[in-house]
Amino acid sequence: MATAAKFELTDDSVVVIVGTGAGGGVLANELAQKGVKVVALEAGGRYLPEDYVNDEWESFGQLAWTDPRTTSGDWRVAKDFSGLPAWIVKAVGGTSIHWAGASLRFQDHEWKALSTYGPVEGASLLDWPLDAAEMAPWYDKAEAKLGVTGVGGRARLPGSNNYKVFEKGALAVGYKEVHTGNMAINSADYDGRMACQQTGFCFQGCKWGAKWSTAYTDIPRGEATGNLEVRDHAHVARILHDDSGKVTGVEYFDKDGNLQMQKARLVAVAGNSFESPRLLLNSHSSMFPDGLANSSGQVGRNYMRHTTGSVYATFEQPVKMWRGTTMAGIIRDEARHDPSRGFVGGYELETLSLGLPFMAAFLDPGGWGREFTTALDSYANMAGMWIVGEDMPQTENRVTLSDTTDKFGLKVANVNFSDHPNDVAMRNHAYKQGQAIYKAVGATRTLPTPPYPSTHNLGTNRMSERREDGVVDRNGRAHDVPNLFVSDGSQFTTGAAENPTLTIVALAIRQADHIAREMAAGNV
Amino acid sequence: MTRLNKQGLTRRALLSRAVAAGALAVAGPGFIAAPDAAWAVEVTAISEHQMATLLQMARDIYPHDRVGDRFYAVAIKSYDVTEQKDMVAEGIAALDEAAKKAGFDTYIAAGWEDDRVAILRSIQDTPFFQTVRGGLVTGLYNQKDIWPIFGYEGESFSQGGYIDRGFDDIDWL
Ligand SMILES: Cc1cc2nc3c(=O)[nH]c(=O)nc-3n(C[C@H](O)[C@H](O)[C@H](O)COP(=O)(O)OP(=O)(O)OC[C@H]3O[C@@H](n4cnc5c(N)ncnc54)[C@H](O)[C@@H]3O)c2cc1C
Ligand code: SF4
Repeated sequence: MATAAKFELTDDSVVVIVGTGAGGGVLANELAQKGVKVVALEAGGRYLPEDYVNDEWESFGQLAWTDPRTTSGDWRVAKDFSGLPAWIVKAVGGTSIHWAGASLRFQDHEWKALSTYGPVEGASLLDWPLDAAEMAPWYDKAEAKLGVTGVGGRARLPGSNNYKVFEKGALAVGYKEVHTGNMAINSADYDGRMACQQTGFCFQGCKWGAKWSTAYTDIPRGEATGNLEVRDHAHVARILHDDSGKVTGVEYFDKDGNLQMQKARLVAVAGNSFESPRLLLNSHSSMFPDGLANSSGQVGRNYMRHTTGSVYATFEQPVKMWRGTTMAGIIRDEARHDPSRGFVGGYELETLSLGLPFMAAFLDPGGWGREFTTALDSYANMAGMWIVGEDMPQTENRVTLSDTTDKFGLKVANVNFSDHPNDVAMRNHAYKQGQAIYKAVGATRTLPTPPYPSTHNLGTNRMSERREDGVVDRNGRAHDVPNLFVSDGSQFTTGAAENPTLTIVALAIRQADHIAREMAAGNV
Repeated sequence: MTRLNKQGLTRRALLSRAVAAGALAVAGPGFIAAPDAAWAVEVTAISEHQMATLLQMARDIYPHDRVGDRFYAVAIKSYDVTEQKDMVAEGIAALDEAAKKAGFDTYIAAGWEDDRVAILRSIQDTPFFQTVRGGLVTGLYNQKDIWPIFGYEGESFSQGGYIDRGFDDIDWL
């Protein structure tokens, strides 16, 4: 293996990528493979499968982003977890270490939410400037990279106990499209990674490397080209620009807390949907007083988190849902757009399990007394599923700069979120369906569980055809700044019903292609 | 008598003793103990009454009839420090005051859980209650030694996962 590159701080020929998660990590590797020189700056440290721990809180302490954030709005997370609006990772590999691996393409109509659903009062819906046909080949590449099961000739995973309960109930209530999902988890050896051993700690980082994560795939492969340097414990504070309005580099705090300046030919921001807009807003200047790339005022707006919730149920006999792959199970029948249900858009139902410590924290945050504890007493007899549906973008659901500062003195993100009535109607429908599924297999008690701190964070630098409607264009390039790109889930115009990461990866592969071509042509 | 030090590395010491049964007793100056003397918590910064009240509160907030008092004791032991002393004193004074209004001498003097829970409901929005409850979520449920009581098996990597150990062994469906 070639030794990883080292670039000078003054080297203004490099592409600087902020964040090394699903978006940034893939972009870094794809560019490096094409011979582009990349410096990837990552706020967190480096952890590999041998470092991950099969212990929920210990793993959380190791990997999670716990720097301060603040919250507002009427979502329950603002009350129960006011300092923890999202459950995401701060480490080389980003949240692709935590993620469960569910890898679904958008449905064709979901690229055109406004045209399909029509205007929805109170929602800032928009069509993506992309469509299903254009994205299809990029999805093919993304699925091959991740080794997604159930496509490309790859077998699906076997069903766990939790899945079997879910499947039986789903079929009993008449659902048709029920299977163990399209998972970025190997059902057989693939691409140098082994098959899933059903350890059941997918959220804590896969110690077998059976689940795809940039931490041990794209990042080391990019480094092996000699074109990628990853600097960990490098927290980007500001993006700098010249008098012509082009970006020239970034300032970051290194592992010793010293402020450094890395020059760049181009900057790509991939810090997840709170940190990316925070960075643009914190990069305000006399030329860009409202923040970088923000002439539209859209930076930080239209924050989406998917309409989520869980349904757990207890049974007479043991399920042991913690055994086996966490999320390999899906019902897709409700994913369609069918306004006769009382809402636009659709949702997926996916198996989910939490260990006892997280179950205690998330089953009914703030709950206590026997109503709560008798449910936990039946923990071994519990099955669980998660709701993930399209939520409505709203202009006031947004990330702004808080008065609170972090240890570097940088203003932190405040996350304001309130459900749209469409979100509430969808969640209630899903709770009802989820409970019916479990009752159909003899549930003794069903528990419609509120949303957790956000795991899917989208939309805060959204992609738009017209510059006044969003922050970036169809390639993720800032409408206002020709050499500034956004490469993570914050580009999402709308959220669709599907878990977002496959789409983030497909967009990053596509963007790498675009950037490399534009650089070769001398356009950036 | 097992001693617990202030730093709280207490669990092993506690668990080396037999299972405690029954209510807590204030056993004498400096510590409280189970009636059968199977274990004890030393109190240093707060009073015995306060520690006993915290223990009863913990049980009433997250009652699990198959989980012994010693686990709850571990979960609230961290309040027995100088920095928490005033918070605990004020909180428990208010709790006992609420108990008096409900016709009991103190909170722990109320014999039925229902009566104590009603008293707790009356103070559940106070920072004291929320601090104690919030702390228990990890203080109690993150003790590895209670996991088997709930059937939870914890770490599985070192045993090769469940691929050959029953990830799909459900037999009652
Ligand atoms: C428990 C859990 C389960 C999930 N399961 C699924 C699933 O099954 N399917 C699915 O599709 N998605 C899932 N997700 C969501 C998925 O993980 C995210 O969508 C995805 O990782 C987002 O990619 P990203 O590149 O936008 O951000 P991330 O992967 O979060 O990466 C952002 C990186 O940027 C770094 N960073 C931020 N700010 C700075 C800064 N200023 N300077 C330097 N570095 C910075 C962060 O430390 C982080 O490493 C799950 C998430 C969680 C938490
Ligand atoms: S269940 Fe499979 S994918 Fe999940 S952590 Fe274990 S081996 Fe990895």
